[in-house]
Amino acid sequence: MADTKALQPPTGLKLATAAFVALWAVVAAFPLVWIVVMSFKLPLDAFAEDPFQVLLGYQTMQERGGISAIAAITGLAAFIAALRVPAWLDYLAFTRMRAERTRAGKIAANAVLYLLLAAAAWWLFPALVRGLESIVATIPGGGFLARPLFGLTFEHYRAVWVDYGFYRNFINSLIITFGTVAISLTVGTLAGYGLARANSNLAFWILITALIFRALPHSVLVTGYLPPFINSREILMPLWDMPVLGTILHAFSDAPPTLYGQPLAVIMVLVSINQPFTIWMLRSFFQNIPTELDEAARVDGCSHFGAFWRVIMPVMWPGVITTGLFSFLLAYNDYLVSSLLLDAQSQTMVPAITGFFNRETTTTDQVQAVAAAVSITAPLFLLVMVFQKQLVSGLMQGAVKG
Amino acid sequence: MNPRTFYAFVSPSLLLMVVFIALPLASVFVQSFQVTQQVYQQVTVETCTPGFLTQNCVQETRSQAVLDEHGRPVVETRFVGLDNYRTLLQPMAVAKAIGSGEFSDILSIDFYKALRFTLTFTFVTLPLVLAFGLLVAVAVNTIAKRVRGPVIFVTLLPFIITPVIGALSIRWLFVGDGIMTAALEHLMGHDIAVFANGWAIEALMMFYRVWHVTPFAFVIFYAGLQTLDIDTLESAIVDGASRFERLRYVVVPHLRPLIVFVALIHLMDAYRVFEEVVGFSSQAYRISLQWLTYDFLIPDNSGNRSIARASASSMLTMIGIVILLVPLLRQAWRDHRVKR
Repeated sequence: MADTKALQPPTGLKLATAAFVALWAVVAAFPLVWIVVMSFKLPLDAFAEDPFQVLLGYQTMQERGGISAIAAITGLAAFIAALRVPAWLDYLAFTRMRAERTRAGKIAANAVLYLLLAAAAWWLFPALVRGLESIVATIPGGGFLARPLFGLTFEHYRAVWVDYGFYRNFINSLIITFGTVAISLTVGTLAGYGLARANSNLAFWILITALIFRALPHSVLVTGYLPPFINSREILMPLWDMPVLGTILHAFSDAPPTLYGQPLAVIMVLVSINQPFTIWMLRSFFQNIPTELDEAARVDGCSHFGAFWRVIMPVMWPGVITTGLFSFLLAYNDYLVSSLLLDAQSQTMVPAITGFFNRETTTTDQVQAVAAAVSITAPLFLLVMVFQKQLVSGLMQGAVKG
Repeated sequence: MNPRTFYAFVSPSLLLMVVFIALPLASVFVQSFQVTQQVYQQVTVETCTPGFLTQNCVQETRSQAVLDEHGRPVVETRFVGLDNYRTLLQPMAVAKAIGSGEFSDILSIDFYKALRFTLTFTFVTLPLVLAFGLLVAVAVNTIAKRVRGPVIFVTLLPFIITPVIGALSIRWLFVGDGIMTAALEHLMGHDIAVFANGWAIEALMMFYRVWHVTPFAFVIFYAGLQTLDIDTLESAIVDGASRFERLRYVVVPHLRPLIVFVALIHLMDAYRVFEEVVGFSSQAYRISLQWLTYDFLIPDNSGNRSIARASASSMLTMIGIVILLVPLLRQAWRDHRVKR
């Protein structure tokens, strides 16, 4: 497009466009960047009127110390090095033993490397920074570089994760999220493949019903779940009293489970709520794979399932990863279902945060809520960094097929 | 693919959808005509205290929960017809308000308050999301290729963020004397209390939603722009179309199916507005239909959940969804018949 001269915008418009994009980027990122900054400051700084006080944290610096320019620069350099070094070491180590270059080996080697780097950062980094600071301080005129530049405190994170046991919510979130992703992909790929290869009226009606189900407010469904979930023990009791089935069921547990507060029950609920979206998306990915591939496999003597498993799935991984990402987002970001169907012990991170901002008796509570919010956002941030391409391709997939 | 194999592939998913979506829907429909309550009975108790000459006896009638043999309260479910809907819709109060001409009285009833907010929210954010999505997509499409990657990365952030957290992050900029409130006060020159003002909260909620969904619209429009036919654009230039005319008569028609797609998805999602109410703690000022149901489901002070009223408000919410979806479904059926 760029080589067509006539399509080139005039300079004024170009500048205006650049300014608009820059403005949008700032609007998109600002609230998130700002809560990250706030979470490292004492309350008086975090909720200050003056933006510079929030950024530099005058009070935090006085009471909790801060970070000097030297330390910030060294830290940044170390971070960039940590990103670059593994690739470089990887190259050195694996060019020599290319034969053993297996996926698992590579992942293990990387994990060891990152652990070593983290240990180095934890023990060596503070000593290194202190050494540098004392050297720079002796240089005339370099003193301001070694003095604390902005205040920083980790106490809110410590309070949230250690004192209030946010790690428990984190583990619950992990269980629910990965359970949902695994089950919904397994069930969804099967259905998506079936729907992509069938052109019957039934398939059409299944898809349309799924579309209607996708539009349902989740509160409607939860209204349906709550009474049976709370009374599931009484409802299921007859099954446990039945002659043969009862003995089998008794082997698992003495009494029927109460589904309310069970992570597994919530996983099934989230999988089902997500199913309509999952099968629509996977179906459109399967439709991109030519039918000739199935037919070739069938001619070579594969069963239908064999063709699906051995021939289609290996070329479907991009689609599965993309759909998995969206399942992950749904399960991880869910507030409504988890807050109504889980009890305090099995609560996930997102509903748990209301405990922080509803308390709000002191401003310290508010900053702790900010720290909890940043903790929840951090994994999502990593997710976009790693899977940006898949996310975009997934969204476009929806667009191309409508 | 023969029907047998088709069923084998589809049945796990179908089973889940029937058990966890269709059955709950049916049960909500039934529950909306029922009330489940503890059974109480009137018990007359005579309590006597020793007194001089005769005992002092007091007879009193109390209502007492009936217990079964395990000592648990007996629960009874009654068919009540449209009573649950009546308590929600309050036709008498509405008729009175219309009769006296005080239409604002209607909006003090929770259901109409929620309906008013949900509809305003949906139809105000819709054009904004489409316009901003298109603007950002066209703008990003003209900037240098090198910076597009980082710009797309930053753009995706508001989209993937947990809705409650996103709403909170914007709220924290304005809460109390947060920096945005301070900046606004500086501009306007007088004190502002954003969170004591219903309309200000509503505007913030809409701002949050537009901020949250614009990336989605952007990515889809951006994908559509990549398939734009350059020849058409060039012939438009030859015909002397200005930049705006090219956008209006070439680009937008090309993106029309995508615009319809984004609009439909946004309609469905904005109608379900809920997380904003939680994130901005706006329940004292603004509530949405889905929040109304949620509120009925939360245990009250005595630990009871009003399932019956929640079911009724669920069914009323569903009617709205169906009205939104009917045009889409008719279109889909027509397309399917053409394809076959």
